[in-house]
Amino acid sequence: MKKTTAITTLLLGTSLLLGACSSDTAEKADTKTATTQDQTETTTQSPANDAALQAEIDQYHQYVIDQCDQFVQSVEAFTQAVKNGEIDKAKSLYAPSRMYFERIEPIAESLGDFDPWIDARENDVPEAEWRGFHRLEKALWVDNTTEGQTEYADQLLQDVKLLRAKVETVEIDAPMLVTGAVELLNEVSSSKVTGEEERYSHTDLYDFAANVEGAKKIFDVIRPTLEEKDADLAKEIDSRFADLNAALDPYRKGDGYLIYTELTQEQTKGLSQAIDALAEPLSRMGTVLEG
Amino acid sequence: MSNHEPEKDDLLQKPMSRREMLRMAGVGGVGLLVGAGGLTGVLAGTGMLQAGAAPATVKASEDTVPFYGTHQAGIVTPMQDFICLGAFDLTVSNVQEVRELFRKWTDASARICAGQGVGKESDNPHLPPVDTGEAMGLNTVRTTITFGVGPSFFDGRFGLASKRPAALVDLPAFRGDELDDEWVGGDIGVQVCANDPQVAFHALRNLARIARGKAVLRWVQEGFQRTGAADPQGSTPRNLLGFKDGTGNPNVQDPSVADDVVWVQPSDGPNWMVNGSYMVMRRIRMRIEVWDRTTLQEQEATFGRRRDNGAPLGGHGEFDTLDLAKKDAMGKPMIPNDSHVALAHMEGKVKILRRGYSYSSGMDRKTGQLDAGLLFIAYNRDPRQQFIPMQQKLAAADKLNEYIVHVGSAIFACLPGAKQGGYIGDTLF
Repeated sequence: MKKTTAITTLLLGTSLLLGACSSDTAEKADTKTATTQDQTETTTQSPANDAALQAEIDQYHQYVIDQCDQFVQSVEAFTQAVKNGEIDKAKSLYAPSRMYFERIEPIAESLGDFDPWIDARENDVPEAEWRGFHRLEKALWVDNTTEGQTEYADQLLQDVKLLRAKVETVEIDAPMLVTGAVELLNEVSSSKVTGEEERYSHTDLYDFAANVEGAKKIFDVIRPTLEEKDADLAKEIDSRFADLNAALDPYRKGDGYLIYTELTQEQTKGLSQAIDALAEPLSRMGTVLEG
Repeated sequence: MSNHEPEKDDLLQKPMSRREMLRMAGVGGVGLLVGAGGLTGVLAGTGMLQAGAAPATVKASEDTVPFYGTHQAGIVTPMQDFICLGAFDLTVSNVQEVRELFRKWTDASARICAGQGVGKESDNPHLPPVDTGEAMGLNTVRTTITFGVGPSFFDGRFGLASKRPAALVDLPAFRGDELDDEWVGGDIGVQVCANDPQVAFHALRNLARIARGKAVLRWVQEGFQRTGAADPQGSTPRNLLGFKDGTGNPNVQDPSVADDVVWVQPSDGPNWMVNGSYMVMRRIRMRIEVWDRTTLQEQEATFGRRRDNGAPLGGHGEFDTLDLAKKDAMGKPMIPNDSHVALAHMEGKVKILRRGYSYSSGMDRKTGQLDAGLLFIAYNRDPRQQFIPMQQKLAAADKLNEYIVHVGSAIFACLPGAKQGGYIGDTLF
């Protein structure tokens, strides 16, 4: 169990350096800095009693609930189309209905198995357990059928409703909120930019945009506190969001987005670099948690 | 801490989704990917995991090359074992932001070269570390960081068009060039050299991180030569064709030679480039499979030198004077006229400082052959008088062209050095 504790400590510390430090460096550093244990305590003592921050968290919580309300409705429509055998309609509802989830993904992930249930890609989980959006995506785009999908459609709707119920009481603390914004952009960097998320429908840009919108929401609610701590950082983040939105503009089409495979390698690189440019200052939002 | 353990254990027992895995890997760093087995060892020593630990200053010694000075380091500095060379394109729109970037880069570079982290670490555990950490506790290994600006830097975006030096020309197309856009140009060139590849990578990585939102990477090439460990005598290194390369390099440890060949002089202008130098980068792919099936006689005739000791053909030792007039019994030149050394000699009148490294970028997926060659780097005072005429001559006739192809190219005006308190580029913007 020692090992487990050590690993989880590593996983939970937000700014641990795992360095190949020579032992004398480590010793030197040891006398100067907090130990891992102290750090964990710092994390739990974060300024939850900071009233302004708490108000912002409450505001964000309400946003999560609103998104989930809309998520339930959109998934009802999508799954109904699947069950009715309306392939084209199901295809057109697929990507937009996912966006509510993508906006609040870090919160959904904190609530147990919702992410694998709702959003696992093929091979993320054993075949027998695979369900959710991407299972239906494959049926719609690869097999071009809705046949045999009723069970998955019903399950998806049920999972989404359960998620909606759970977010009512989810406890969002300040570190979770702050890191959530960066996590959303990391999602974009690791799977959307590469086109791996929507491997059959190639609707990755919908997820991309939704992740960014979710991160923007977090920034917007924290902004007053952040401006007090570091107005320059707030300004920098604001302008990088503007840059990223400008970078996304050419790929908007009607209410939606181009199919990802229509983008050239150069264009996806540009988007990836815009994400990195934003995520770097966004990762410094934790400054609002300084005592 | 104990009151948190149940929660954490619970977390571990749960099957991890792809996203959780990624998220955790992001939080914990490389550790998770190393695997639990690797972690126990790493974690065994207490104090190995530090939040906000200020990377300790390592011993300053002959291991450290000063960053500040009249000239930038990394030009006449004796070659280190490794290079990490990157080109950046600016994404900002005004010169103030460029200045800000160079200020930050200068401070970070001075710290890196002194063996410190790129900046002061914060005590706030909710922030990512300022330094990326992979060079913590490592020696400075003669790290140098050298900055230059390319022709596109003067294209009008920053109001600097009138300051472009005449010598910073767009390189002409040379015969046989097969340039790939991905390896050409750049607003800014950054050369990191060090006697350790991880230390070199750390520097470029952190400079790229500092640049986020201001400049993006255009291309990066790492390079190597034999290390000091493999050749403590420091004899002339061999290129990947197996020949000693750099025998004829000017002795720039002699300041008058360096002034003559490398450093821009007041008489050359413009003023802001005085004590700077022009860097030319050529990424030269070697057709090593073809070379490997070439006879020794042909290989030596191609270079004009013996393979074993580097002596000019017809001579005895590596540093024998190149005698291009010497004929064999048949009356033919001992050193063929179209050999590499004969052409590069330029009648002894034109010299450049070569500072190239070998590169290996794995396999060419199209051919299944090794993608390897020479990351050619040369410094000169005026490329119009030095590199360009030399390369034109080589491109036209060099016997070596059968075995190489130039696929990348860039030119940078490497700025003069900065004084402490100043920044690289402060003579220009």
